Amino acid sequence: MSEPYYKHEHLPQFPQIATGNATLASKFFDYYGAVFAEGALTAREKSLIALAVAHAVQCPYCIDAYSNDALEKGADLEQMTEAIHVACAIRGGASLVHGTQMLEHVRKKGM
Amino acid sequence: MATGGDLSLESADASPQRTLTLARRGDALAEPAAQLRALDALTAPGLDFDARLAAAGLEPLRPARLEYFQVNVGKLCNMSCRHCHVDAGPDRVREQMDAATVDACLDALDRTSAHTVDITGGAPELNAHFRRLVTACVARGKHVIDRCNLTVLLLPTQRDLPEFLAAHGVEVVCSLPHWRARNTDAQRGDGTFERSIRALRRLNEVGYGVGDPARRLTLMSNPAGAFLSGNQAALEVEWRAGLTREHGVSFDRLICLNNMPISRYLEWLIETGNLVGYMERLANAFNPAAVAGLMCRNTLSVSWDGRVYDCDFNQMLGLEAEDASGRAGGLGHIRDFDPDAFAGRRVVTARHCLGCTAGNGSSCGGATA
Repeated sequence: MSEPYYKHEHLPQFPQIATGNATLASKFFDYYGAVFAEGALTAREKSLIALAVAHAVQCPYCIDAYSNDALEKGADLEQMTEAIHVACAIRGGASLVHGTQMLEHVRKKGM
Repeated sequence: MATGGDLSLESADASPQRTLTLARRGDALAEPAAQLRALDALTAPGLDFDARLAAAGLEPLRPARLEYFQVNVGKLCNMSCRHCHVDAGPDRVREQMDAATVDACLDALDRTSAHTVDITGGAPELNAHFRRLVTACVARGKHVIDRCNLTVLLLPTQRDLPEFLAAHGVEVVCSLPHWRARNTDAQRGDGTFERSIRALRRLNEVGYGVGDPARRLTLMSNPAGAFLSGNQAALEVEWRAGLTREHGVSFDRLICLNNMPISRYLEWLIETGNLVGYMERLANAFNPAAVAGLMCRNTLSVSWDGRVYDCDFNQMLGLEAEDASGRAGGLGHIRDFDPDAFAGRRVVTARHCLGCTAGNGSSCGGATA
């Protein structure tokens, strides 16, 4: 199986998801556009959040899209790297903080 | 004779060099025809600029009222940035506008409606006639723009330049790709950012960048890579906060330009495998609303040797302006300038023009849409 599962041409084909249900696709893309519009947060801040989340959910399409988008919104490598460390810290922290559950079990069961 | 002092790369005063000029390396891509061939060889859809204009009902591209008289006084520069569309550098000492051509530009300027003289290069300040040209244009009541690379202000021969520019009310349009060091140095050479900040402080000291319309300090950003410029207004807010907080320097406005696939930026795109992707990005981002404000419509561009072009990018590709009958180079030398023939021409276009119509649009004055 040499064919890659994720292909670059998939991302520009995203709107074709409307093929099976145009109404839901339209609602989603309208919502999506509104989410990323300049608001209480700047479009650049939202792009960096999206970049971090893309790495947390490990979506190759989103990583491609928001690496480009963050660059075009004026972010540089250091800022983008810090954003990814935020994702990393939350993912890692989410594992580690569950250690308090483990501690509770050990304290209850142990001597 | 240029007055840049010792610009040799071995000099103790040498400015940052990101690369060497294509001309110095004897690279085939130094020839405009080779650059046009590289662009024409691409097969991706949507790259035919004239077809895109026609589909939007905007073909042929005709000039509007002439507002900007842009003089490229030469290719000599103390720097060699990676993205330079001029292939400027310290070795380009031959291509310098002479006194007679400066005089011819002034005579032609008097026969146009241009309110602004935009002086570019290279580092235009290194041309021996730069200050005379500025003084003569100011005496004619013109707004004058100096397209400055910032580091030139630190050269020993140019120490009094900020005071000269301030005394003449020249708007300084300064290249600074990013408000942080990494991208600036990646594009323009190690140490550029630190020198640029020192130069901005010098400009602030003589009254630039603090809201005085007679001392306007404009920063100009090109992306440091194969992507488009961001939203100029949004970036300006971020840049102002960052430069004030981290370096205590101020400026009046930020303009954003896309990089054109010409000369050393074209070379970089080819070498890094980014050419096809970048051209597709430009083509996909074609914005018909950016066409009306294109600089080629309100600008006259003169080269160091007095030839007439629609814009500085066409100049670097050797695409001379046509006369009203469509004859390439038909407008001849600036000493023979005919305002009516210039006004009646069709703007010369090719695939590189997609750089100015992408996204927010791009021009010497920043975004156009």
